[in-house]
Amino acid sequence: MAQADTSAPAQEAHGLLYDPRARAVFYQVLTLAIVVGIGWYLIHNTLANLAQQNIASGFGFLDREAGFAISESLIPYDASDTYGRAILVGLLNTLVVAALGILFATLIGTVVGISRLSSNWLVAKLASVYVESVRNVPLLLQLFVWYSIITVSLPHPREEMTVGLDIYLTNRGIYVPVPLADPVWPLVGLALLVGIVLAFVIRRWAKRIQETTGKIKPVLWYSLAVIFGCPLLVWLAGGAPIGMDVPVREGFNFQGGIVRTPEFTALLAGLSFYTGGFIAEIVRSGILAVPRGQTEAARSVGLKPGRVLQLVVLPQALRIIIPPTTSQYLNLTKNSSLAVAIGYPDLVSVGNTTLNQTGQAIEAILIYMTVYLTISLLISLFMNWYNRHIALVER
Amino acid sequence: MPMKSILAAGAAVGVLSVVMPVQAQETVNAVMERGALRCGVNTGLAGFSNPDSEGNWEGLDVDVCRAIAAAMLGDPDAVEFTPLTAQQRFTALQSGEVDVLSRNTTWTLTRDTSLGLNFAPVTFYDGQGFMVPADLGVTSALELSGATVCVQPGTTTELNLADYFRANEMEFEPVVIEQIDEVNAAFFAGRCDVYTTDASGLASIRATVAPNPADYIILPEIISKEPLGPVVRHGDDQFFDIVKWTVYALIEAEELGVTSENLEEMMGSSNPSVQRLLGVTPGMGEALGLSESWAHDAIAAVGNYGEIFERNVGVNTPLGLERGINDLWTRGGLMYAMPIR
Ligand SMILES: N[C@@H](CCC(=O)N[C@@H](CS)C(=O)NCC(=O)O)C(=O)O
Repeated sequence: MAQADTSAPAQEAHGLLYDPRARAVFYQVLTLAIVVGIGWYLIHNTLANLAQQNIASGFGFLDREAGFAISESLIPYDASDTYGRAILVGLLNTLVVAALGILFATLIGTVVGISRLSSNWLVAKLASVYVESVRNVPLLLQLFVWYSIITVSLPHPREEMTVGLDIYLTNRGIYVPVPLADPVWPLVGLALLVGIVLAFVIRRWAKRIQETTGKIKPVLWYSLAVIFGCPLLVWLAGGAPIGMDVPVREGFNFQGGIVRTPEFTALLAGLSFYTGGFIAEIVRSGILAVPRGQTEAARSVGLKPGRVLQLVVLPQALRIIIPPTTSQYLNLTKNSSLAVAIGYPDLVSVGNTTLNQTGQAIEAILIYMTVYLTISLLISLFMNWYNRHIALVER
Repeated sequence: MPMKSILAAGAAVGVLSVVMPVQAQETVNAVMERGALRCGVNTGLAGFSNPDSEGNWEGLDVDVCRAIAAAMLGDPDAVEFTPLTAQQRFTALQSGEVDVLSRNTTWTLTRDTSLGLNFAPVTFYDGQGFMVPADLGVTSALELSGATVCVQPGTTTELNLADYFRANEMEFEPVVIEQIDEVNAAFFAGRCDVYTTDASGLASIRATVAPNPADYIILPEIISKEPLGPVVRHGDDQFFDIVKWTVYALIEAEELGVTSENLEEMMGSSNPSVQRLLGVTPGMGEALGLSESWAHDAIAAVGNYGEIFERNVGVNTPLGLERGINDLWTRGGLMYAMPIR
């Protein structure tokens, strides 16, 4: 077809050059080619240099025996397991501390953020002192402070301190009794989940009632009733087992119950209070950003202050609060890698040991990057979904 | 500082991914051009490497660095010290941040091979031990089942610990902290029942960090072999030779009775071995690519091996260590220099 018409290709090419779409595609392909090219160049050189220095490479080490112990783990692990499993233990530890940190930071942030706006002078001042101090002291320092508070001020297991109920505070950890294993407990857990789902259903139902009839149902009480009632009923039906696995002193430390180590506690406290300070500011500014007219209008139709906050202010404030809070969640997750400073075996701590024992720095760094990137993307995706979910639906 | 180890690893990745010229005397040339040796040392372990009140580094590992600098550049002060934790040390060496590592580093097969390192002769034969508070009432490591143990990560210590408890079917809970100051604080606050590391390290920590040294005892069991010596990276054989023979020269000097005090007198010695060592008979310096006064300068700077040992960790120091297996082979120890000829 090219031979038949001589002017067309030239014109076409001319057209292509000025066609914005074609140009956009061209530049994207060019960018991609450059990125891939640079990537290839770096990888090539890295491998060549590693080979030249006789440094091992590849992920084969993941299958080899790790040989080092890890202090706390969600899954069974001992020194004869592989590096791969050790890293998995570290990853799970990271996820646990990040998830709990996000939960506590959000609670602290919400309470403190609202307190800063309180009309009670003392409450408002205390909240601002808290926010200013945690935001202006480096997190690493705060972790060291928490860690020494726990290891220096709490007593040795030999002269333990109890707060009753067989809960023991020592500088080796906080020991808490747990119910003895019983087939009823998993069912109770299930009932709790069912209760939570039911609470959501009740909320929807109450909303519909309110929209159609204007009647307000005591949703909170109904929800609490199902959330706690369901598991309670199952527990009673299962014969109400009350056997507890109580921590007792044995040998060097306590045995039995569950223990939260000082490293875990210090890291969780540090992350929660630090990020909580930032979230408090976000909550405060989110609430302040809702025009005063909204509150006044809500008041003037006779809503009580609590309902004003719940129905008018918070739903609007949330839209402002969510995006910056998402980035606080991401920060918290990444900051959890400071664990290594106080000896909590998170991903980076276990990874660094692996890196050091095997010498495979590049592989370890790649694992860190992949993991943190994945966690961050998942959090972002979830928060974006939630943000869209609560976004103002324009009618 | 945990960030620092990540950064160090990151830097290693960065450095490794740019073109590095294949050049045999890379390190020697770099040291000569810079006019200074970059030496990786401990962040602080009295007797081995520790900054004094004026910030001058001192210790056995530090003296080895100074000896190498004196041999290469004629100046024992031409050293830039980089304090490194156990975690940071190998990436720092591999990436070229330091030229040589003289930091209580145990010679193992993996490190010698997969990590791309070369070990110069051992400067201190050590073994891993356990320290406990005296009032714990424990007299043998075999009574430690169930104990909480403080240990630094990225060390052979961490591995031997797990091996030992496994082999003896005992349980333990590790507390693994990177910075030595933080481990020390955790142990002396009672976070752990036991502190484990190289026995020399325990002696140092007990003597210089413990609130009251008498409150702590070091258990009799030594559970591993920890041959500690300077390390270089693969790729510059000449530099490896220089480090290796500087250490041998220090040991040989002790064997030949050459000290920092009688050095000038010894220049007139009629013993051919002494003449070769001190460059009176030329040849050795040239073979290493250094000036003929290389060994003379090293000994003048820090003394022979025996002097280094006694000054830093010997019986008259707070550490109070006996020569033991670190004595010369002629006196029943393991210190044995290859012939300098
Ligand atoms: N020799 C062992 C352990 C070396 C080590 O790191 N020892 C500790 C305790 S003696 C130390 O020197 N710490 C000082 C620091 O972290 O700066 C190894 O090479 O892995």
